[in-house]
Amino acid sequence: MILVWLILIPFIGGLLCWQAETWGDRAPRWIALVTMLFVLVISLGLWITGDFALPGEGTRHWLLEWRAPWIPRFGIEIHLAMDGLSLILVALTGFLGALAVLCSWHEIAHRVGFFHLNLLFILGGVVGVFLALDLFLFFLFWEMMLVPMYFLIALWGHSGSHGQTRIRAATRFFIYTQASGLLMLVAIIALVFVHYSNTGELSFSYDTLRGTDVPEALAPWLMLGFFVAFAVKLPVVPFHGWLPDAHAQAPTAGSVDLAGILLKTAAYGILRFALPLFPEESQAFAPVAMTLGLVGIIYGAVLACGQQDIKRLIAYTSISHMGFVLIALYSGSELAIQGAIILMVAHAFSSAGLFILSGQLYERIHTRDMRIMGGLWGRIPVLPGFTLCFVAASLGMPATANFVGEFMVLFGTFPSAPVVVVIASVGLVLAAIYSLLLMQRVHYGPEYRSGGLRGPDLREYGMMLALLVLTLFVGLYPQPILDITTPIAGPAAELFQQAPTELANRAGEVN
Amino acid sequence: MLTLENLVALLPLIVVGTTAVVVMLGIAWQRHHALTAIVSGVGLLIGLACLPIASGALSAPPLMTMDGLAVMGSVMVLLCALVTVALSHHYLTGYIGPREEFYLLLLCAVTGALGLVASDHLASLFISLELLSMPLYGMLAYSFRAERSLEAGIKYLVLSAAATAFLLFGMALIYARTGRLDLAGLAAGLAASPDTWTLAGAVLMLVGLGFKLSIVPFHTWTPDVYQGGPAPATIFLATVSKLAVFILLVRLAITAPIFDSEWLHTLVTLLALITMLGGNLLALFQPNLKRLLGYSSIAHFGYLLVAVVVGGTLAVETTGVYLITYLVTTLAAFGVVTQVSSPFHGEDAAGLHHYRGLFWRRPWLAAVMTVSFLSLAGIPLTAGFIGKFYVIALGVADSQWWLVGGIVAGSAIGLFYYLRVMVTLYLPEPGMRRRDATNDWGSRVGGLTLLVVAVLILVIGVYPAPVIEWVVELSGAA
Repeated sequence: MILVWLILIPFIGGLLCWQAETWGDRAPRWIALVTMLFVLVISLGLWITGDFALPGEGTRHWLLEWRAPWIPRFGIEIHLAMDGLSLILVALTGFLGALAVLCSWHEIAHRVGFFHLNLLFILGGVVGVFLALDLFLFFLFWEMMLVPMYFLIALWGHSGSHGQTRIRAATRFFIYTQASGLLMLVAIIALVFVHYSNTGELSFSYDTLRGTDVPEALAPWLMLGFFVAFAVKLPVVPFHGWLPDAHAQAPTAGSVDLAGILLKTAAYGILRFALPLFPEESQAFAPVAMTLGLVGIIYGAVLACGQQDIKRLIAYTSISHMGFVLIALYSGSELAIQGAIILMVAHAFSSAGLFILSGQLYERIHTRDMRIMGGLWGRIPVLPGFTLCFVAASLGMPATANFVGEFMVLFGTFPSAPVVVVIASVGLVLAAIYSLLLMQRVHYGPEYRSGGLRGPDLREYGMMLALLVLTLFVGLYPQPILDITTPIAGPAAELFQQAPTELANRAGEVN
Repeated sequence: MLTLENLVALLPLIVVGTTAVVVMLGIAWQRHHALTAIVSGVGLLIGLACLPIASGALSAPPLMTMDGLAVMGSVMVLLCALVTVALSHHYLTGYIGPREEFYLLLLCAVTGALGLVASDHLASLFISLELLSMPLYGMLAYSFRAERSLEAGIKYLVLSAAATAFLLFGMALIYARTGRLDLAGLAAGLAASPDTWTLAGAVLMLVGLGFKLSIVPFHTWTPDVYQGGPAPATIFLATVSKLAVFILLVRLAITAPIFDSEWLHTLVTLLALITMLGGNLLALFQPNLKRLLGYSSIAHFGYLLVAVVVGGTLAVETTGVYLITYLVTTLAAFGVVTQVSSPFHGEDAAGLHHYRGLFWRRPWLAAVMTVSFLSLAGIPLTAGFIGKFYVIALGVADSQWWLVGGIVAGSAIGLFYYLRVMVTLYLPEPGMRRRDATNDWGSRVGGLTLLVVAVLILVIGVYPAPVIEWVVELSGAA
């Protein structure tokens, strides 16, 4: 039942925020903050009390599970379950959600209640995505979180530089993700009907569908249906068109949510659904996926180097970082998959930090154009120092969480795909270039204007410090995360090792 | 011969017909707007209450059948008509000229719709269809001082008459081959030899019905009529008229074997594809809300045609569920238009600019509108998603990949204009002249009905099991 509450709390909080607007601007902010902290506390409590021992043979181990019939006609259930991976991501959602509320404390000045309604509905939907095990329910949350995100960008976003309105960016984001999501829906339904024709049982349950014997001609297409939906959200390069605009035009809270959590839902989806449901097809597809990941790493990094808009720059670095995650997920190595999970967490911290910082800069100098920045180090106290730390994290400096993640990804992938790792390493060099470029152009160099600017207040300082401490903590001592993700990463990696033997067995049967 | 039991089966139809007569006499005796509306509403309610009795009747009356499909259709017709009556009252209060006749026309049309969903014979089909269409001409042209309304009425009249001619010719051809007019007889007669003439007859009938449903090559009247007609008349056209005709089409498709022919199958598939894509594409840059909803309803009937292509019990079930979701959604969307345009001021508030910033003036009305547009777009947690899920499931189950692709593409295109409308509701208001709902809209019958409909959209979206069960039960009986 606690899982249901984890999802319901943000929704209820959102409705309260909307109605609390009548009591002044402060009320919705506090309600939203308390709501998200509540989610965070619950998930941390579960983390501390949970038992993450390696599961026994054959049985799949869920830390918590909750199911109830919902639409019996199609065998659809409300089936929620939590394991280590979902727990980390839910906790991350709670934490970044609270940050998103905090960083819009002054930025959002009008329609505060409705803003927080949308913000909390996004977060509720994301928590739902991380917990849903019924494929229908998963899809429902997957699509549902788009609507409030759309409103967030369209109504509170910044207008773009040249003719790019925020509504257009929001619409593009929505159509990209919704259309690809529909492909996933088709794939889900097709999978269910294949299972139905095999066994005569209609079910959308993850556990039931995992063993489905899909006809060979159909299986790659179904796998692609899932992959495209996740690839758009991740984003993988040919499907990334929505991301830079959405990021650049979203309010800070929206960017934090997008980069910190929404992109992670895609990686989660691949790990939880695309790989286990179609192991053989995924393995056959792995070279393509890895190539796409490589293209993403290089493309994102190169384009990041050429951006003038600070938020677009950070957006492109996200594409680059997610390339590493994609490679790791398809590497079939336990180490790399754990690295991907750490990288996801690390990227959430570092990109959220950078986005919040660029939001704070915007509040002070009212521009995001790096051509008219420069020399801010001398003008703003404290913030440039924080920026340097997050930039260092983003380029994968040792002692930061990003380093651990990238290192594990590359190290784990090397045995199976050395060429990929060699090329991906180029991305690290490029990461250094764009990160330092960002630092140089914004904070060093000649001063564009003179005059001191306001330093961070307690709220801003606290947010930065929390993010920084977490980045360093995970960078220095990643073991807690590794401990609770081993039960997920192991079986996920085994999928690829099992698949060839199964194929061989089948070939043997045919012969 | 009509027996007493037959009359019991026809009870809802009789009740509604009687109400029409009562209303007519009442108007002749003394005009009273509110009373007329109440009498009409009560009549429809009694008709609804009689349905369980009617469906339990042991024998079917001649020319009619009260099977599951008919009961389902009748319930939907009566409920939609009730909502229309509730919304019409406030809308018509400002109308200069006779207001009461609108209800008379509406009740006549409802009688026709009730007959249509239950008809089992080409003669009753034709009579009911005309009984449904004739009052609609009057309803669409009701505010005849407004040029567009008159245009809408006449356009619908002329084109509808042409469609009727097609339908009649098709019937005649089929009758010439089989010598039968009842559907069961037709099915038996056609099973033997589907030749060119019967095929031609079936295609002509399809053209006639396709016009009423605004299937794409026959859709050109839709935007003009939607735009011109007074809002309550448009609601009626978009819901009751379309749903009754579609149920009839499904009945024809599942009984007559002619629809099994390869050729006709391909034709309907093609029609479905161009309808769902065409409707969405035409709506893309439409600045007029009523026209936009017209195009959107074209697209939705394109999705629904998948059920006609596939056939079988799942198709009947899909039809039921999809129609229900489509109806609540359309009622809510047009309901808001009606509320904003009420009371009558000549032309309806249909331009998108009338709705700019509606959320900041009328949050609940805008919320209803948002919910209904989310539902039109098929976003989860609204009824529209359940409908879309059903249609896609039906397409996938029958491996109609082209149609599934069409639904996906159509929905993606559709998002563009649905989102455009939705975001308009929340944009800051400019200082321009605006139309607004009256302050007390929420406490009036129409406003309350609207809120109930909006809640229904959400309830069906979140917990569709009861609705699905109801439909499964009835479609099993069909």
